[in-house]
Amino acid sequence: MTTLDELRTFLPTDFKPADVPALFPAAGRRYGRAPLTEGWTTDEAARALMLAAVPPAEVQEIYRYGDTAEKLAVLKALPLLTIGDEGVPLLEDALRTNDTRLVAAALGGPYADRLGPEAWRQAVLKCVFMGVPLNNVHRLHERADSDLGAMLRAFAHERQAAGRDMPADATALLDRLQED
Amino acid sequence: MRIFDPHIHMTSRTTDDYQRMAEAGVQAVVEPAFWLGQPRTNPGSFTDYFDSIIGWEPFRASQFGIKHHATIALNPKEANDPRCRPVLDLLPRYLAKDGVVAVGEIGYDSMTPAEDEVFAAQLALALDHELPALVHTPHRDKARGTQRSIDVVKESGIAPERVLLDHLNEVTVAAALEAGLWAGFSIYPDTKMSPDRMVAILREYGLDRVLVNSAADWGKSDPLLTVRTAEAMLAGGFDKDDVDRVLWRNPVEFYGQSGRLDLSDPAEAEATFAGNSILRGGS
Repeated sequence: MTTLDELRTFLPTDFKPADVPALFPAAGRRYGRAPLTEGWTTDEAARALMLAAVPPAEVQEIYRYGDTAEKLAVLKALPLLTIGDEGVPLLEDALRTNDTRLVAAALGGPYADRLGPEAWRQAVLKCVFMGVPLNNVHRLHERADSDLGAMLRAFAHERQAAGRDMPADATALLDRLQED
Repeated sequence: MRIFDPHIHMTSRTTDDYQRMAEAGVQAVVEPAFWLGQPRTNPGSFTDYFDSIIGWEPFRASQFGIKHHATIALNPKEANDPRCRPVLDLLPRYLAKDGVVAVGEIGYDSMTPAEDEVFAAQLALALDHELPALVHTPHRDKARGTQRSIDVVKESGIAPERVLLDHLNEVTVAAALEAGLWAGFSIYPDTKMSPDRMVAILREYGLDRVLVNSAADWGKSDPLLTVRTAEAMLAGGFDKDDVDRVLWRNPVEFYGQSGRLDLSDPAEAEATFAGNSILRGGS
């Protein structure tokens, strides 16, 4: 996993906390959106480094007033920040949306480990429901349990009754859980 | 035919509308912040609305291959309610967003002192944020309201070519164009302006600094009246390049002054996440 120090080697910028609220929304226009390093664009990296410069309450405020790209950048940065569990409500907010990008981002990184099993299972099922690919889900196979299997089985049953297809990745996961 | 609707309230429209618009050639829209049928009573209602037109609505539009941008402001009608006034302090957060291409809709509803104050304050915000401004002209007492809007714009110091005066008609168009402003026309089923009247205005005043929109919202309106106007232009003797100019290149030129208009392929920009297609559509 990339660390803040690694990002700093590619983007050697120190952000003053007072500048962050104004700079954060403008990061794409100011630093560009080109790929910077493995899995990170320049604006995402700049935003992660900005978040590292401000206290948790400010991270929450930035997320609250963020557009989709800003919210995605916050979710991506969460595992790199010393924010403890204070970012969990942001994940929960993202999972309440109907925007596939936000739902995918909430489950896509190691910070999703902080979601309790019930919330995590509901979120995985929501991915199946929305068509978000399951290979995006962090530690899917380690965390998938028999309760998730039961939920997927019920969902598959509903789909079958309606004459509709189940996404192939969800069927594969269900098969694997039933083998265990 | 490619159509850019420079003024439409998509939050009030259905996915059927998006589908029909995309099929008819609408590839880009700008959604100005405005009032809803039900007046709001607190700033939180506005921020949730602003979040929607910079967040959820562009996502919905992208599912139909339509690029969506927004303009943000405290509208003149609700500027009269002191409970809504604190919205002004929240505007700078939203005016900094990538998807926000103007300050708007500002201007007059009933031409009250509160509206004067809020109009001037938001023209100053447009200057601060280097954004164009979208000015609504009032439905009642329109000619006087239009002239007063032009005066306020002049006093503000914003460059006239960065201001769009909207909902104009036969009576108000000349003053807007003579002042160097952009002239917007909202084509409505029964009221503001019709496709044939629009064609007559284009014949008389030319195609420079003219924008045509549907202003479709929660009232009786039709998101395809931009397309109907394009057809009326062709039937009335204008050629395809004229249509492209009025219904695509002109709005691109006006909102392009923000430096934030992004018309890259939405399928490419929005539909992938971490290399995966994620727009299979909610079930």
